[in-house]
This record gives sequence, structure tokens and C-alpha cells, in this order.
Amino acid sequence: MLRDITLGQYYPANSVLHKLDPRVKLAGTMVFIVSLFAFRSAEAYIGATLFLAAVIRISKVPLKFMLKGLKSIIFLMMLTVVFNLFLTRGTVVFRLGFLAVTEEGIETAVFMAIRLVYLIIGSSVMTLTTTPNDLTDGLEKAMRPLGKVRVPVHEIAMMMSIALRFIPILLEETDKIMKAQMARGADFESGGLIQKAKNMIPLLVPLFISAFRRANDLAMAMEARGYHGGEGRTKMKPLVYRGRDKIAYLLLLLYLVLMFLVNRIGFFAGLI
Amino acid sequence: MAIRIEHLNYIYGAGTAFEKHALRDINLDLPDGQFIGMIGHTGSGKSTLIQHLNGLLKGTSGAVYYNDKNIYEEGFEMKRLRSRVGLVFQYPEHQLFEADVFTDVCFGPKNLGLSKEETESRAYEALRLVGLKEKYYKVSPFELSGGQKRRVAIAGILAMNPEVLVLDEPTAGLDPKGRDDILDQVAKLHEEKKITVILVSHSMEDVARYVERIIVMNKGQVMFDDAPRKVFQHYKELEAIGLAAPQVTYLMHGLQERGWKVPADATTVEEAAGAIIEYLQKS
Repeated sequence: MLRDITLGQYYPANSVLHKLDPRVKLAGTMVFIVSLFAFRSAEAYIGATLFLAAVIRISKVPLKFMLKGLKSIIFLMMLTVVFNLFLTRGTVVFRLGFLAVTEEGIETAVFMAIRLVYLIIGSSVMTLTTTPNDLTDGLEKAMRPLGKVRVPVHEIAMMMSIALRFIPILLEETDKIMKAQMARGADFESGGLIQKAKNMIPLLVPLFISAFRRANDLAMAMEARGYHGGEGRTKMKPLVYRGRDKIAYLLLLLYLVLMFLVNRIGFFAGLI
Repeated sequence: MAIRIEHLNYIYGAGTAFEKHALRDINLDLPDGQFIGMIGHTGSGKSTLIQHLNGLLKGTSGAVYYNDKNIYEEGFEMKRLRSRVGLVFQYPEHQLFEADVFTDVCFGPKNLGLSKEETESRAYEALRLVGLKEKYYKVSPFELSGGQKRRVAIAGILAMNPEVLVLDEPTAGLDPKGRDDILDQVAKLHEEKKITVILVSHSMEDVARYVERIIVMNKGQVMFDDAPRKVFQHYKELEAIGLAAPQVTYLMHGLQERGWKVPADATTVEEAAGAIIEYLQKS
């Protein structure tokens, strides 16, 4: 049951994409998202599709896992599609009562749907190929310049990695507590909303107590090992760009330029 | 009146990257009134197996019968089964939540829909059975010691009047005295209430002196299922899977190797001492 929820849903595999520096992957995701929203033509979307397909292929992660993330946005997607479909002005194709479906509306709806789907798949590629720890490491290093303007970059990164680390622990704990209470005849499924909320008490009290205890223990353990914030702290595995990371950056740049050209002067002309 | 398990398989996370075959073709008969020890190394599948006994986990294939009824059949009353097969988990912290001990123990019987009087009389009875002093009844369960918490957790299950009591590592994290106290109490309970008790542990020493039957789990399979003295004869195989026979088993085997004519199947210190004295008196 709870095991099915994936948040930091890392998929272990041995691919180039897994080995890339997390900063490259962060930049790549950004570039991809920017390209989705900046360029708006059928040719550009073909280009984005090819790029995404290639990346998925390289990642060695089964497509099934990529698509899993889509489940959560189905509702949002339907909403955008419906709104765009009916509320865009332009050449009317047909009418449904007082609502008019326009050519422009259909076009926007389709593009929006594609954008959203690609957005989710694109970021799934990153989270599926990067461990949560690598991700926060990458974020910390990439955001380091912000430290100059007194943004507590290290603290934010530390909090993020602790939070990420605790998600599976607390999920597992929730599972165990639920089972322990179900063994005492607790019922988490039936009843109305208020009854259901009430039924959660036997789950939430032990969970909160355990979360506080864990937080306390962790703070103690960190202090015992001399943790005193980010100042002067070194890393066991510092992030260093390697050859493949530089190549990846080059490819990203190339992708961006190509997309720009394709969008400007059409697909085939862009390739030549 | 018994539990029967037939060809039970369980796979964790089927269809994901983290798939794990936790139980492989388990066949067991757990008749009424037995005192059973279930032993296995961490990850041997023992905790997974006991969660099938009250339907918390559903086997990927195979069947579990409670009193000859298949619990996976449509319309089987799972809630009733859970009151009949009481499962006490390893960490009492996972189930204690009420403001005081007594109310917490009442949670189980209350869920069964019993009257207030019945609920309270059962809670008293359960707390008496686990040997918790009355002065703790109105104390917050979070202020108790580890051993006392565990007693309250066991009482919380006992208050539902189960016919089968399954205890998952009831001695984990307790000092030797606390361990003996809890196990003695459980043995007394078994005597008094004549219920089936299944004691899950990774320590042979713990269970050897109490149980009449030991089920050894290894890699999701039942490796041995026999009386303790028979199981301990395989002490070399037990060692190979990271378990060990009680220390007296080693002592008696050692003595035999030196030519002492003592039986090697003693399971408790007392029994071994008796056998050695008998041998010395004879020679």
C-alpha cells in the first residue's frame, strides 16, 4: 500500500546519465523546460520529442517508470486542456451551447498538454537517474554564489537532504504503525470524513513521537560528530566536472542552438 | 481450530526494480495450544511470515487457512481474524498512543465493539496477565521503561482475547533480567490461558528453554521444523546460516568428543547439569 508511493524515486541502473554530474542534469532539465516554453512550433516539438526519446533511451530506465509520474497530473492536465479548448478566442470550429471551440483553442490545448507531459517526463528523467543525495549536493554547489548575498545555501541543502532521507523512513514507519494498530482492530478505511480523521489518531500520535525522537537523535549524532554548519566543511566526494560532463554541456548547448534554428526557419532548413 | 499454511509465496514490490522474493513455498501446520519458537536471521522472512497469519499481508500465491477457512476467500471477516490471531510487533512505540496505559489497552477490545464494562474488565485481566503493577495503570505509556512498555503492548493484544498470540522479537532491546521476566510471563500466560504462542526471535538461547517446537527460517524458506533437541542436532548447519544452538549444546558435544558418555541433546543449562552429574556419579 504505502510502499507504492514514490517520491525520491531513484531507479538504479548503469547508464551514462546516472553517472553524470548532478549539476549537468539540473542544467539539462532547465534547458529542456526552457526549450519547451520558449519555442512554440510543431517543428520545435518534434525536436524536443527526439531529444527526450534519446535521453530516455540512454538512461536505461524502463519507460513505465517515466510515465508513472504522469498519473499525478492527469487532473491538472484535463483542467488546462478544457480551459484552453473552450476559452480561447479565434476562428470557431463548432459550438457547445454558449461555449465555442476554436482552432486556436485546439492548438493551444494540444501544445499545453504536450508541454505538461514533457515537463513531467523531463524532470522524472532527472529524479529517476539521480539519487536524492546527489541532487541536493548538486543544488548546493550550483547555488553557492547565492551564499554571498546571505542566502543560507548550505543549511537549505542540509535540510533538503535530511527531509529527503526521512521520507522513506517515515513512510516505512507509518506502514508499521498502521499494521500494529490494524492488529488491534483499528480501521483506517471505512467511516465518514470525521470518523476517518478520528481513526488517524492512533497512527499520528506514534508517528509524531517517533519523528521528534528521530530528529532529536539525529541532531545529537550530528553534534557528536562535530557538525557546526557549512563553514569550512569539506566533502568526501566533491563534485568535479569530468570529460563526459563537459561533453554533456556541449550537447545541451547544441540542442538549444538547434532548437532555436528549427523554431526560426523550419525543421529541415534548421538541420542543414 | 488451527492455522494451516499451504504453498505460500510472498514477493515484495512485485514489478518494480526492488522486487524481493521474501517467502518461498511455505507449508506449515500450527495446531492449537502449541508453544512455538520461530527463529531466523534478519531478513529470513520470519516477520513477513507472521504478518500473513492475521491477514496483514496477502500472499502472492498460496493459501492460509484459519480453522479450515481460507482467509483469502471473499467475505472472510478479516477483522475477526485479527482479534483471534493477536500479533504483537517488535516495537511497542508503534502502537502506544493513548494518554494512559489503561485506555491504551482498552483500544483493542473497544474496536471489537464490546460494551464499556466488558472492555474494561478485559483490559484489567490483560494487564494482570502481563504482570504490570497497578500503580502504572494511569501513567502515560511513554513514561514507562522498555520492558514495561512491552508488557503494555502485549496486554493491548491480549485484551482482545486471542486464541493465537504471536510475539515478534519480544525481548529486543531488553537487558537480561527484563528478557527473562518477559519470557517467563509469556510462558505463564501459555500455561494459564492455554493459547497458542508463537515466539519470533533470532536467539536460540531465548526460545530453547520455553518452546516445544522450533521453526527455523532461512532465505524465505522453512529449514527445520521440529522439537528443539532435534533441531539443535543440526547445530553446524544452523551456524552456517548465522544462527547458533544454545551454548550447552556446544558444551555437551565437546564433552562427547572427549569421551564422556553424556547425551548431546540437552537444551537447557539445568538439563545439561543434571546429565553431567548423572554421568559423573556413574563413573
